Amino acid sequence: MDDDSKVLEVAHLSTYFYTAEGVARAVDDVSFSIRRAKTLALVGESGCGKSVTALSIMRLVSDPPGRIVSGKVLLEGEDLMLLPESRMQSVRGGRIGMVFQEPMTSLNPVFTVGNQIMEAIRVHENASRREARERAIEMMRTVHLPSPEERIDSYPHELSGGQQQRVMIAMALACKPTVLIADEPTTALDVTIQSQILALLEGLREEFRMAVLFITHDLAVVAETAHDVAVMYAGRIAETAEVKALFRKPLHPYTRLLFRSIPRATERRKRLDTIEGQVPSPLHFPPACRFHPRCPLVTERCRAEEPQLREVETGHFAACHRSEEIEGLMK
Amino acid sequence: MTANGKLVEVRDLTTYFPVKKGVFSRTVGYVKAVDGVSFSIERGRTLGLVGESGCGKTTCARTMLRLIEPTGGKVFVNGQDVFGLTPRELRQARRRFQIIFQDPYASLNPRMTIESIVGEGLVVHRIGTRAERRRRVAELLESVGLPAEAAGRYPHEFSGGQRQRIGIARALALEPVFLVCDEPVSALDVSVRAQIVNLLEDLQAKTSMSYLFIAHDLNLVEHISDDVAVMYLGRIVEMAPAEEIYDKPLHPYTRALLAANPVPDPETRRERIILGGDIPNPMNPPGGCYFHPRCALAAGCDGCDRAYPPLMEYSPGHWVACCRPGEAPAAAAPAAALP
Repeated sequence: MDDDSKVLEVAHLSTYFYTAEGVARAVDDVSFSIRRAKTLALVGESGCGKSVTALSIMRLVSDPPGRIVSGKVLLEGEDLMLLPESRMQSVRGGRIGMVFQEPMTSLNPVFTVGNQIMEAIRVHENASRREARERAIEMMRTVHLPSPEERIDSYPHELSGGQQQRVMIAMALACKPTVLIADEPTTALDVTIQSQILALLEGLREEFRMAVLFITHDLAVVAETAHDVAVMYAGRIAETAEVKALFRKPLHPYTRLLFRSIPRATERRKRLDTIEGQVPSPLHFPPACRFHPRCPLVTERCRAEEPQLREVETGHFAACHRSEEIEGLMK
Repeated sequence: MTANGKLVEVRDLTTYFPVKKGVFSRTVGYVKAVDGVSFSIERGRTLGLVGESGCGKTTCARTMLRLIEPTGGKVFVNGQDVFGLTPRELRQARRRFQIIFQDPYASLNPRMTIESIVGEGLVVHRIGTRAERRRRVAELLESVGLPAEAAGRYPHEFSGGQRQRIGIARALALEPVFLVCDEPVSALDVSVRAQIVNLLEDLQAKTSMSYLFIAHDLNLVEHISDDVAVMYLGRIVEMAPAEEIYDKPLHPYTRALLAANPVPDPETRRERIILGGDIPNPMNPPGGCYFHPRCALAAGCDGCDRAYPPLMEYSPGHWVACCRPGEAPAAAAPAAALP
């Protein structure tokens, strides 16, 4: 397969939650794709739908109240939405691995870490206990856990946060997935440990030629790890592009403001730009363009007509009516 | 007493927590959460306190306000010896130093109206009549960018950023001269953080409060601080004016911390200094310099595994506790072995 082949393709995915207070359109017509051995960062603030997108890909949205109402998720051309549940189970942890934010709550405290990695292997493959144990030790070595032969019999609480996250990664990678979904994998970690884990994920992505869906709210982490970026706001993709193009010239006002609101070394003590107002709740997304109440470039059209994601520059998509003029309007 | 216009002065502050074990809760050891910390903050200035989780930065701040009782050392705020105060004097003195907390969801009582939350300090200190207090609360809310009508509502009706504004209004009610900001924006959304940071800067410009700003986001600390102190396992390892410490870090831990800090710019692919290992157990820190087992310079140094290097003034205003400050690690550093 060629290098730029799309390993995972999400097309027009919508996931709604039907609650007593109304319908929350948490993910609404979201499309993106990830290339082999590349990282796509899905960026956004709390409640923008980035984690629900990941859960929808894995078909782990609890129904009720949630429901995937439409869309396709193509894993190497095969639509996961059409698979029977039994086959979906072998996809989870098999062809798609997943790493979550809080390693402490994702690991089971009453089993040794070795047991948990071995379980991940034996669910998917016909391996004996001994083979699985050897594979587990090998995986622990791959994620650079010190002295894996001894650590394999440790319980999660005996490991530090960084080591626990390494165990989670070992479990996720045990069956050599083609796609790894990492949902805020370093948010709960300290910076020095974060940089260890980011370097580890980068090395493993190369080694296993995995496509990585990296979910985060941290733009600095995006700049360091991603090849492509999709910015989500209020359940929709606001902008998507190759990482350098996005940082060099953001074409959606939300992205532009988000970049300006983070402190940078080059502009010490300069006043930060802010985005007015608050992140809307999924139950009350504004009509038409969902960013319009906070947007400095808002026009009548933005209040009346929802902008569609379109290719404004080659490979650079934005969902804004005013992307063409933005460079002149927001310097 | 404090000299040369220093509003806050901390001298050799220590906070130890006993570790108890067994049926009789025998004390088997101590966690030296804060272990001989000294610094000062001038009026109207901000000291940023950075370090990784468990390094003692929050304990240090809370001990300074006597929310945790100190084990030793002295703290002066506005010339007053905070640890020498009687409980009654302490209550009076607390008007002058306030704190805002990290989690705006946990730090506001859900059963109280905003008016009673913000005005509670005024009631405790018997300031003003009911009508005057009401006016003052309205003023305070306005000064943090909330409508005066917010007074009658409850915390759950507000978003995270608005709640943090309420927490700030409460802290300002008694006109403090010193404000501890303990990770004030880390629980907030990125787009809301800048609003709160700007608000804190505006308030400081207006009232010349001094801030102790605790955060783990190094980019943010650089933005807001005049001076920065870096803590590791209960001790300050380096302290200097913000520009100085970010441009010329001297301690190998500060260097590693800055190198690990991701930069929001995909064009700069920096060389990563990756620090191996984890933070040691604070109950049983390594001998000598606490950092030496993870330090790239330790191999060529004959002393840092035996004695903790004292915090020395390397250049005017730039303090560092290291035997080999500013030295670049050798090419094949042992700490780089673990990716």
